[in-house]
Amino acid sequence: MSKPTSLFVIFFSLFIMSEAVFEDQVGKFDWRQQYVGKTLFAHFDSHSQSSNKLFLATDKNIFASFNSRTGDLLWRHVDKVGPEGTIDILVLHGQDALMVVGGGRLLRSWDTNMGGLNWEAVLDTGSFQAACFVAIQDTVKHVAVLKKAAISLHYLTNGHQKWVENLPDSDTVQYQAVYSGGEVEVYVLGVVPNSHLTIIAYSLEDGEIIKQVTWSVEAPWLSSVESSCVVIGQGVLMCVDPATLALYTLPIQAEEAPQFNQILLQSLDLEVSLGFQPVLVSSQPHPARSPISEFFLQLGPDHHVLLQLNADGYTIAYVTPFFFFFTSFLFPLQACDINLFSADSGRRLLDTTVIFPLDLNGGKPFKLYVHAFLKKDDSVDYRVLVQTQDHALTFIQQPGRVVWTREEALADVVTMEMVDLPLTGTQAELEGEFGKKADGLFPMVLKRLSSQVILLQAWLAHLWKLFYEARKPHGQVKNEVTIETLSRDEFNLQKMMVMVTASGKLFGIDSKSGSILWKHYLENVQPNAVFKLIVQRTTAHFPHPPQCTLLIKDKDTGLASLHVFNPIFGRKSHIAPPALPRPILQSLLLPVIDQDYAKVLLLVDDQYKVTAFPSTKNVLQQLQEMASSIFFYLIRSDQGNLSGFRLRKDLSTERIWEVVLPTEVQKIVAVNGKRPNEHVHSQGRVMGDRSVLYKYLNPNLLAVVTESTDAHPERAFVGVFLVDGVTGRIIHEAVQRKARGPVHFVHSENWVVYEYWNTKSRRNEFSVLELFEGTELYNSTVFSSLDRPHLPQVLQQTYIFPSPITTMEATLTEKGITSRHLLVGLPSGAILSLPKMFLDPRRPEVVTEHSREENLIPYAPEMPIRTEWFINYNQTVARVKGIYTAPSGLESTCLVVAYGLDIYQTRVYPSKQFDVLKDDYDYVLISSVLFALFFATMISKRLAQVKLLNRAWR
Amino acid sequence: MASVPRSFLLLSIIPTILILCADFACCNTGRKTGDGLDTDFSGFSVPLEHSFEVDDVSRFRMRGALQLRGGRETSVSLSQSQLSEEDRKTLKEVAAVDGLYKIRVPRVSLTDRQTERQMDGYLTAFVRACSLVESHLSDVITLHTDVSGYLIGVSIVTIPGACRGTEVEDEVDLEAFNTTLTIIAPTNAPQPETALFIERMDIEHEKRGKPQEQKSFFAKYWMYIVPLVLFLMMSGAQDQSGGGAANGGGR
Repeated sequence: MSKPTSLFVIFFSLFIMSEAVFEDQVGKFDWRQQYVGKTLFAHFDSHSQSSNKLFLATDKNIFASFNSRTGDLLWRHVDKVGPEGTIDILVLHGQDALMVVGGGRLLRSWDTNMGGLNWEAVLDTGSFQAACFVAIQDTVKHVAVLKKAAISLHYLTNGHQKWVENLPDSDTVQYQAVYSGGEVEVYVLGVVPNSHLTIIAYSLEDGEIIKQVTWSVEAPWLSSVESSCVVIGQGVLMCVDPATLALYTLPIQAEEAPQFNQILLQSLDLEVSLGFQPVLVSSQPHPARSPISEFFLQLGPDHHVLLQLNADGYTIAYVTPFFFFFTSFLFPLQACDINLFSADSGRRLLDTTVIFPLDLNGGKPFKLYVHAFLKKDDSVDYRVLVQTQDHALTFIQQPGRVVWTREEALADVVTMEMVDLPLTGTQAELEGEFGKKADGLFPMVLKRLSSQVILLQAWLAHLWKLFYEARKPHGQVKNEVTIETLSRDEFNLQKMMVMVTASGKLFGIDSKSGSILWKHYLENVQPNAVFKLIVQRTTAHFPHPPQCTLLIKDKDTGLASLHVFNPIFGRKSHIAPPALPRPILQSLLLPVIDQDYAKVLLLVDDQYKVTAFPSTKNVLQQLQEMASSIFFYLIRSDQGNLSGFRLRKDLSTERIWEVVLPTEVQKIVAVNGKRPNEHVHSQGRVMGDRSVLYKYLNPNLLAVVTESTDAHPERAFVGVFLVDGVTGRIIHEAVQRKARGPVHFVHSENWVVYEYWNTKSRRNEFSVLELFEGTELYNSTVFSSLDRPHLPQVLQQTYIFPSPITTMEATLTEKGITSRHLLVGLPSGAILSLPKMFLDPRRPEVVTEHSREENLIPYAPEMPIRTEWFINYNQTVARVKGIYTAPSGLESTCLVVAYGLDIYQTRVYPSKQFDVLKDDYDYVLISSVLFALFFATMISKRLAQVKLLNRAWR
Repeated sequence: MASVPRSFLLLSIIPTILILCADFACCNTGRKTGDGLDTDFSGFSVPLEHSFEVDDVSRFRMRGALQLRGGRETSVSLSQSQLSEEDRKTLKEVAAVDGLYKIRVPRVSLTDRQTERQMDGYLTAFVRACSLVESHLSDVITLHTDVSGYLIGVSIVTIPGACRGTEVEDEVDLEAFNTTLTIIAPTNAPQPETALFIERMDIEHEKRGKPQEQKSFFAKYWMYIVPLVLFLMMSGAQDQSGGGAANGGGR
C-alpha cells in the first residue's frame, strides 16, 4: 500500500517547480553586460601613481569609471536621456571630477574614489561655452564657468558661487573661451566673427573688470576662437588662419593694446595638405601653471608637426612638451604606431614606440588618450586609450600589448536576430546523407554504416572526455567558446545573437556566455540610417551556409544598400547584392525559396518597381507563377495613407486598395504585423460548456496605432485599427478616449495588447483585444484573406497598470503549446514577465460555474506587479529599449534578450519547465527506489517460488 | 489604345445614368432620405465607382451613387444601376482570368460639409471578380469612418466569398447587384471597470463580514471560560503554573 503513494509523491514532485530564480541559479542561464556608449571625455586618474582608474563621460549622458587593468566597470552614473542630461564638459583635478550637465544647467562635483556626488550647484540660465579651473598660488580653489552672456566663479569645495558677472556686449560678441594661468586674473576670450577679438580680464577676488584690459583686437580673418585658437606658454594666444596659412600670436596679458603677430607657415617651411583645415593642439598639465610652450600643428590627415614658441613670444622653433604623443598611420592601414617625443629636445624617446595592429573589422583610430608617467628607474612609460570610429575603446600598454577592449557600440543596439548554431561535423555528415540523391541500395547501406561508425566514434570520444574531465577539480574545467568549436547543443538553447548597432558595427555574440565571437564594422553608414536584419537562410540547409541580409537605409534620402553575410562567422558573403539606385519603400521576405534554399527578399522602390534578391532565373520564374498571390502593403505615416499592392508577372505592381486616415485628426505612430515564425498550437479555446470558441488567426492582420493630433487631455485619443494587409479591410476600429501615447503594443496570435497613458485619470493602462471567429470556423482547412466574409467577434478589456513601461514583447516557443507571457521592460530596468492569463478579455466580472471551469481569473481593474515576476532579479537593464524573444528546442523554454544600454540574456519558462527535470532532481533517490523495487520483486519472486514448492511438497 | 477605353467609358456611363433615373435598387440602413429638417445634415451623394478589366489596369466608371447623411446618426443608402450586357461580358472574362473587381469612393467627411470637396483622393477596395460572379453579385460594402466623421476606408466582400469555378447564367444572375451596405464608426474601447469592481467588493465584504465579526472569542467560548475561572477562583491559592496548565487544557 505504501509503494504506490511513495511513487505518486515522486511523480508529483516533478511538477512542483519554482517560479523565481533560486540563489544558486543566479548567473547560470543568464548574463548581463554593461556599457556606457561613445566616449566624449576621458581622463586618467593622475592623482596617485598606483591608481588604475579611468573616468569617462559619454554621449549617453553617463559618467563612469573603469578599472584600467581589466576594463571592468567600477561604477556608473546614468543621467537623464536627451539634452537635459548631456555632459558638456568633464574636467578632473585631484580627487574631484567636475562636470557641467544639461547645456549649462548644473555644475556637479564627483568624488573620483567612490563615485559619490560631492555637491551640485544650479547655474544661471544660458548656454554653456567653456569651463576651467582657476588657481591661486599653486592651489586650485575655484572653477570658472563661461556662459553665453555671463561668467561665474564657484568654490571647488562646496560649489557655492563666488561671483557672477554679465559679459559686456554679449549680443554681438561670441564668448568662447576662458583662460587662467595661475595669476589673479581670469581671461575671457570672445570674437565677433570676421571682425575683431575681445579679451576681458576679471579679478579673481570680486569679479571686477580690472585694469581696463578690455580691448578689441582687429582680427578680420578669425571666425571662431574655439576651433582655431589655443593658449600656449606664458599666456600667448596662438591662432591659425587656414586662408592665409599663417599662425598668429598675441600676448593676452600685455598691459597696452596688443596686436597679432603673423608668422607665415611658409617661413617655417611647412605645407598644409590640400583642403585641410590646420588644427592646433596644446597642453596645460596643471591648472595652476601656464600651459607649456610646445604645441602640435596638424597639417594634414596624417601629418603633424611639433613646434615650440620661443621665449620672446614671437618666433617658433621645432620641439615638444615633456610628454606627448604622435600618431602616424602605416600604409596599408593594418597597424598603427604611437611615439613619444621629448619636449626638451623634440626628439623621439627611444623604446617608446608602440605598434598595435588594427582590427580589420573595426574602425580607424579616432582619438587617443595618453597617460605618461615616470617609472622608478626614471624612464618614461605610458598607457594609451585608443578610441576608434566604431566607438570601441582599446587600452594599450607598452610594448604594444592590448590589455583590454570594450565594444561600446553595443550600448546602442538597434535590431537583432538569433540564429541557430550549425551542427557538428558528425551530425552534418548524417544530414548530408539524407540530402544526397540515392545511388543504389548497396552504396546507401555502406554509407549508412560508415556514418553510424563515425557517430559511435564521436560518442565514445565524448564519453572519454567526460570521464577525463570528471577527474579534474571542478573549477579547472572551462568550456572556452571559440568560433571553431561552435555547435548546436542538444536542446538548441545556445544560439548566435546577431546584433546591429547604430554605429554600423555588427556583432555575433554567443548567447550562452555572452562572449563576442565576431564583429564587423560597416564604414560609411550614415548616423541616421535605419537597419533591418533579415535571415534569408537558416542553418538548417547544411551544405549551404546560413545567410543574413542587412538592409541599411538612409532615413532622409531613402537610398538603401544591402550587406549580405554569414551570421555564424560574420564574413561577408560572396553573393553580390543588387544595386539599388532608387529609394526603397518596403522590403518583404517571401516564403519562396530559390534552389539554394535562400528565401527571396523583395524590395519595393519609390516607383513601385520590385527588385528580387536573389534574382536567379529560378526565382524569377517562381515569382511569375506566384505573382497574383503576392500582396504587400505600404504605409506613409506622414500622409496617413495605407495602401495595398499586388505583384504583376513583369514584377511591376498594381495598387489594389487604399485606406486614408486624415492627418488632421490622427497620425499613425506604429504598425505591427505578426511574427512570421510564430506558431499557434490551439485553434480555439474550450469554454466552460465544452463548446469551442475559435480564434481568428489571420496571418495578414496588421495592427495600426494612431494618436490624435489634438493634444488636449479631454479630446486626445489613441486609435487602434486592425487592417487586413491583403484586402485592406478594416477588421476592427476602436478608439481609446482621453488617452495619449507613447503607445507600446504587442500583436500576436489572435490578440493585441497595448499600453497608453490615460490623461484623465493620469495613469498607465493596459488594454487587450482578442478576436474570435465564433463557435464555428468558416473554413477550417486554410485561411485566406480573400475568402473570409464575416467579421470576427472582438472582445476587449482594460486594466490599470501601476507603472510606466518602456518596451513590450511576447514570449515565443517552438510549437506554441506553452502559455504566453508578456515581457514588459520597466523604466526601473526590471523586466516583468506578465502572464497573458491576466490580460484576457474574457475575465468575468461575476464568477460563474463556467468561468471557473475555464480557469478564468475574476476581473480586477488593477494589474498586479509581483516581484517574483521580475525575470532579471537585481540585474537591471538600464534604459531598456527592446526585448527580443526566440524559441529554443525545448517547448517550455523561450530565450530572451533585453537590450538598451546594457544587454541581458536569460531564459524564461512561461509554463514552468514541464519537459525538463529539475536541476536538483534526485537521481540517487529515484534510481535507488527503482533498484530496491527491482530487487524486492526478485526476492519476493524467489520466496514465492520456494513457498509454492514447499506447499507442493506438503 | 488610349482612345478605345475613353469611348468605352462614355458608352458605359450613358446607359448607367439612364437606368439610374429609372431604377432604385438599393438597400438602406437608418433613416430614409427626405426628412429635410436640418439642412446641415441633409444627405449628399457621392459616386461609387467600379473597375474590372482583363488587363488589370484600373478604369473606374460609375456604379451607383451613395446617399450619405451625417449627423448624430449617420446613415447611408445606395442607388445603383444594373450591369450592361457589355459589362457582364467583361466581368465574366475578368473572372475567368482571376482578375480583380475594384470599387472606390471619394474621401469625404460626413459632418463637415465645407471640407468635403477639398479632400482629394479615393478610398479603394477590391474583391476577386470570380467570387463576385459566383456569388451572383451579392456583395457587402462597408464604409468606415473615423471619430470626426471622415470616411477612412471602404471594404467589399462577397457572400459566399470563395471561388469554386461554378458556371453562372449571366442573364439571370448578373443583372442587378444585391448589395448590403453598412457604415461603421469606431467603437469606444472600454475603460478599466473600477466602479463596478469596488461595488462588487463592497457587496462581498458585507456578505462575508457581518456574521464573522459578530462573535468574538469570548462570546464563543464563554461557557468554557466562565466555569474555568470559577473553578480557579474556588481552588484559591494554588500555584501559578498549575493554573496555566489547567487553562490550556480547558481550551
